[in-house]
Amino acid sequence: MNRLARMWDSDIAWSFRNSPVAIVAAIIALIIVLGAVFAPWIAPHDPFNSASLNLMDGFTPPGEPNQFTGNTYLMGTDNQGRDIFSTILYGARISLFVGFSAVVFALVLGIGLGLLAGWRGGWVDSLIMRIADVQLSFPSILIALLIFGVARGFIPPSMREEVAIWVLIVSIGLSDWVQYARVVRGAAMVEKSKEYVQAARVIGVHPARIVLRHILPNVMGPVLVIATIGLALAIIAEATLSFLGVGVPPTQPSLGTLIRIGQQYLFSGEWWILLFPAIALLLLALSVNLLGDWLRDALNPRLR
Amino acid sequence: MSIFTKDQSFAHARKMLSVSALALAMTSVSANAETLRWARVADALTLDPHSQNEGPTSTLLHHIYETLVGRATDGSLTPRLATDWRISEEDPSVWIFTLREGVTFHDGSEFNAEDVVFSLNRVRAESSGFKALHSAVESVSMVDDYTVHVKMTGPSPLYVQNLTNTFIMDQGWAEANDVVEPQNFAAGEENFAVRNTNGTGPYTLVSRDPEVRTVMAAFDGHWDETPAVTEIVYTPISEAATRVAALLSGEVDVVQDVPVQDIARLEQTDGVKITTGPENRNIFFAYDMVSDTLRSSDAADNPFKKPEIREAMALVLDRDAIQQVVMRGQSQPSAAPLPPFVNGWTEEMNAYGSPDVERAAQLVVEAGYPDGFSVDLNCPNDRYLNDEAICQAMVGMLGRANIRANLVSQTRSLHFPLIENWETDFYLLGWGVPTFDSAYIFNFLVHTREDAYGAYNGSRYSNPEVDAKIEALATMTDLEARDATIAEIWDQVMEDRVFLNVHNQMLAYAMRDDINLDVHPENQPKMTTVTFNN
Repeated sequence: MNRLARMWDSDIAWSFRNSPVAIVAAIIALIIVLGAVFAPWIAPHDPFNSASLNLMDGFTPPGEPNQFTGNTYLMGTDNQGRDIFSTILYGARISLFVGFSAVVFALVLGIGLGLLAGWRGGWVDSLIMRIADVQLSFPSILIALLIFGVARGFIPPSMREEVAIWVLIVSIGLSDWVQYARVVRGAAMVEKSKEYVQAARVIGVHPARIVLRHILPNVMGPVLVIATIGLALAIIAEATLSFLGVGVPPTQPSLGTLIRIGQQYLFSGEWWILLFPAIALLLLALSVNLLGDWLRDALNPRLR
Repeated sequence: MSIFTKDQSFAHARKMLSVSALALAMTSVSANAETLRWARVADALTLDPHSQNEGPTSTLLHHIYETLVGRATDGSLTPRLATDWRISEEDPSVWIFTLREGVTFHDGSEFNAEDVVFSLNRVRAESSGFKALHSAVESVSMVDDYTVHVKMTGPSPLYVQNLTNTFIMDQGWAEANDVVEPQNFAAGEENFAVRNTNGTGPYTLVSRDPEVRTVMAAFDGHWDETPAVTEIVYTPISEAATRVAALLSGEVDVVQDVPVQDIARLEQTDGVKITTGPENRNIFFAYDMVSDTLRSSDAADNPFKKPEIREAMALVLDRDAIQQVVMRGQSQPSAAPLPPFVNGWTEEMNAYGSPDVERAAQLVVEAGYPDGFSVDLNCPNDRYLNDEAICQAMVGMLGRANIRANLVSQTRSLHFPLIENWETDFYLLGWGVPTFDSAYIFNFLVHTREDAYGAYNGSRYSNPEVDAKIEALATMTDLEARDATIAEIWDQVMEDRVFLNVHNQMLAYAMRDDINLDVHPENQPKMTTVTFNN
């Protein structure tokens, strides 16, 4: 109780209570996350179970009965007779899972290499940072595509469906670690020369312990901010790759896959296949981004 | 013999003459000049006429080069550079072609039998994409300036059907430009003929920017009537929605490869019309029915080896649903693994019953799979109309009979080698029949894989009796007996359920509404056939 009260009184919570944008964004993000997490219980259909689909339900407009089967769907169906509402819930699940996992992967890699570069300095620092510079000169979606393409070459076709999501996570994560590494390295170099670190070294604390217990907590603030914005970017990267047809398998559509399917039917008037998934993706990415923006301002001492 | 050997300066002078003649021609017809802007999904891979046996390549080349015989939109043969073709009465293994007189190439040199002999030899070279169609040719000889004899290894009554995509080049031009051998496309080779042309066709090449645009102008010296279209601008647009948008905004006049979902919308649009027609191509599933185990299945044995499973798969396939929803009516559902254009097709083969999922599920259990089984379904995603969507629908239908198909869909350059190398258990394939005869299907898909046979026999089907009959077809001269043998082969193949046919593909072309262009059964529209209503 005491702890909750302390949190309620903290600067961050105060800033949150006074930012209507952050509150709305948090509510939207929460709704989508809960919908995705509890999709198997909320969704009226299981769009990933191909055997449960009826092809004759395909292209049902939202809220109207299908001309052959008479079934009605809240947001209509896509070209295979999948309920769009259920598919958005399941698709958001994939998008969020890939986004979170890719960010965690990039965080571990970026923080690890950044701390190493900042603490050791010298040629280790030069090597890691030159690799980072080279990677920064390419658009990250290009790098993700490259990694995805190379990985596909190594994986036998029959395994691809099972490992597609993991390959996706690794390719997005690998294309994204640089920004974390750069921030962590800079912060670590500043912290390294501070007196508490000098003191710890003098009394003979093990370097690994200094880095992990003393420096790391002090560099986490800015990292959390870019990680939040990075989450929105990773979700969009996943949607982009799936839109390009190289992401998740077609039998397990994510939001990007649904948008790719939907754009084929824009001229023919089946707007709902594109519109609803696109709105869901927009709301998800926007709300996470706004939360990230708010967090950056809240943690920035100069803006207080 | 060498009356037509050209000396360089003479050829050059004639070329200059023809260029100025062309310039004159273009100014004289400019009063009623009609430019047609034509878009489709892909560009020609090369302009070398004998390098690639591939749809868009041949379609474009038909405007610049000509063949001995052509194919009309009803599938019948028409005279082009040959005015007559027959089998020799003395020797049934010799084909006699009588050539058209007074034909000139675009550079002004005259067309005669030497060019035909040269081209029929060039098309049989190792690097030619058409050599399989000429494998029965023993030798080609010139009898006089306008008569050519083609000696076959045995009687080949249908050889002329193989010539509809064999283009005739000018021998002198080919020798002068060092293109006596076809471009070796697979080895990444380039030659002069890849970007330069000298045909007898109705259009000359004006400019070409591969993958961007190709411009052709009507050839003034062509032997046939002057076409209504005097200039063609050909633009490949790979994205379907962009292609349709280009037509709607008036950037192009004719669009090939119209996505089925846009047909209804285009039909209702003012100023745009659609022509549709059946393509000479059927789409089917096939499976490894011979190996003892499958590579991608959790079953201990090979379920496809069991007739019950093959029957169950036929029972779950709902062809009408695929036609109505996936194809939006743009297909002819059929159980016959050959399109109606092809000799050997019958109405009875086409018939199919309504799906019976319960019976299918029961058959799967009876065949010894109480929990069903899993298998990979390999599918192309950029080759046939809605190929991936057909496979997705099939995955759902099979799932209801407890056959858990795992869809692996990929681009055509990765998909087809799986069939050629026997690396797939279960796959989708579409087959066009350029010869309009069942023997073409049997040779590639039914005969045991050996030598020149069975290159696309991914089912590993092997029946010595059927093989013997297929081999006999090649040299049968009594066409009635030959048709009877074809029927016997089909009976056996249908009984063994070698193919699970889905439908015959339909084609749709969209165009400005004052343009008339019929759908060509091989999807090779000729812009010479375009007429305008005004």
